Amino acid sequence: MRAASRLLVIAATAAVIAWLPLQLSDYNRMQGASVAVYFIAILGLDILTGYAGQISIGNGAFMAIGGYTTAILTVHHGWTDVTTIPLAALAGFACGVVVGLPALRLSGAYLALLTFAVALAVPQIALNYSGFTGGNQGLPLPAHSGLWLYAVSWAASAILLVLAWLVLRGRTGRAFRAVRDSEIAAAASGVSLSIHKALAFGISAAYAAVAGSLLVLVNSFINPQMFGLTLSLYILIGAAVGGLGSLWGVLVGAIFVQLLPSGLQSTQVFHAAESVPVIFGVFLVVVMLVFPGGATQVLRIAGGVTRRVTRRRAAPEV
Amino acid sequence: MTVAKPTLEIPRSPLHRLPGGSQVIVAAFLLAGCVFLAIGSARSALFAQETVSGLASGGIYASLAVALVLIYRATEVVNFSQGAIATFTTYVAWQLMQWGISYWPAFVLTLALAFVGGIALERVAIRPVERASQLTVVIVSIGLLIAIEGAVGWIWSSQIRFMPSAFPIHPIHLGGVSFSLEDVGTIGVTIGAVVLLWAFFRFTKIGLAMRASATHPDAARLVGVRVSWMLALGWGFAAVLGAVSGMLAAASPSVLLQPSMMDGVLIYAFAAAVLGGLESPAGAVVGGLAIGVTLNLLASYVGFVTPQLLLPAAFVLMLGILLIKPSGLFGRPKVRKV
Repeated sequence: MRAASRLLVIAATAAVIAWLPLQLSDYNRMQGASVAVYFIAILGLDILTGYAGQISIGNGAFMAIGGYTTAILTVHHGWTDVTTIPLAALAGFACGVVVGLPALRLSGAYLALLTFAVALAVPQIALNYSGFTGGNQGLPLPAHSGLWLYAVSWAASAILLVLAWLVLRGRTGRAFRAVRDSEIAAAASGVSLSIHKALAFGISAAYAAVAGSLLVLVNSFINPQMFGLTLSLYILIGAAVGGLGSLWGVLVGAIFVQLLPSGLQSTQVFHAAESVPVIFGVFLVVVMLVFPGGATQVLRIAGGVTRRVTRRRAAPEV
Repeated sequence: MTVAKPTLEIPRSPLHRLPGGSQVIVAAFLLAGCVFLAIGSARSALFAQETVSGLASGGIYASLAVALVLIYRATEVVNFSQGAIATFTTYVAWQLMQWGISYWPAFVLTLALAFVGGIALERVAIRPVERASQLTVVIVSIGLLIAIEGAVGWIWSSQIRFMPSAFPIHPIHLGGVSFSLEDVGTIGVTIGAVVLLWAFFRFTKIGLAMRASATHPDAARLVGVRVSWMLALGWGFAAVLGAVSGMLAAASPSVLLQPSMMDGVLIYAFAAAVLGGLESPAGAVVGGLAIGVTLNLLASYVGFVTPQLLLPAAFVLMLGILLIKPSGLFGRPKVRKV
């Protein structure tokens, strides 16, 4: 895509997202806000896995960190809920760096194991210190209208997307990709592996934490079950289905993860709610077997085909 | 003037290397642990009881850990769907018993079904990504985890079921200490399964072929081993061990028969496998038993460790092992080639 047409597509997408809430019911605006929550979480995972090449199965845990930061500050300390989001991002960043530190010595399988354990361990901690977190009963938060939630969460998405783009296009992004493609070559060219791995984990966790805060705002409620293993896995599904290493894929992944379950529930085919994980799992396996690049790869193939067809019409290739 | 004769240095194979300092330390460490447990058990009946029930949970973790190690050794991939496969087979066993088959026939039938199912799963889902990047294979195994756990909930609903135990509940008394027969039986079955598997790998031709294709796939292929099928067999055996672990876990009081029942056990098994070095089946057994006993003693003797904090504790243990000695107790340190 040339720069001009790319700008046009971005502007059109932004316009659609801004125009959509005017046409939707309040319930569907909440759905839209939930898509934004997944968008931010998947964006964070994509920076880590797609660009820096480090696996994380535990980003739901960082969402819990963000969510509990917001909930505890709002409920116990009387903060206005939106103002807690930057602090949640900071808390997430710190936790991400801590989990990222072992990543300096571990790779691949070990890292996946460790982050998987984080995903299961953090909700248990929240459950244990119930005086602080409300435990199983959870904590209720002030409710907001669907429009407000839609506006806040998509505004946050836009800011974070621009930030991600700025980080990834520059020096840091190049360093991330170098670490992903070959650690040895990256180290040999003077890219510090430790700083960039920890930084990628920190950024990814900060994004997840913001998503967690917004998730709590959308539900106006928090309890440990919201941040179970399923959430972490859904983020991963979204990133993989959308296509790792592509910012466009993030939007596709977020829409897929949020709207497929509610779509299935409303159509009443299969056994509604129970069939969702089966369909997700099988879909994920099939996508990885057929199009490992996810939706982005499908779009690229489609784009390549149309380009080849139009070019052939103009001047036959030799 | 003398010309220095070029000396030819023969690199010694790792097999000829004598046990290094770290191995002595590991042995001493394990011995100290055993002595500690023995003295504690001799002095306190409660301690002995907790140790035995810790060993029983440890046996459950160990068999799942060995399943993970089997697949990791052959393909360097951690199989995240191992716990879900175990859950599925446990439900199959439960269903068979509901249909009126008694425990041990249902047990054996389930193992057979697990073996076939494991092989089928490898052929369908894993074989196409055999040569893909590790990230791809990890994501596929997570897809399987979601799908299989979802299928359990879909078929059998997420309602909690009751899994019968093979062993009588009443305790046996031994010198003033009462052990539950179920704990003893669990230890026996898991150790038996692992020993049988070890014997299979050690003494049969197929076992040899499987070991060969795990360590030197190309050389094995050259001498006519069908490496890809050996990997599938590995998945079959892993599913069998997982089924053993799942059926025993569901009968134990700490785990309820529900679709997510193995999520926690999988973490303990991961911790066990990491402690053992992720490549060594013997290490996984020792690791599993050690994790089981450690967590059980932590829960009963350390005040603030509630049942909710056992998973985080396992995570901290795993983190500690990975930071201090990433190759575990029995693993070899990883050498990266440029």
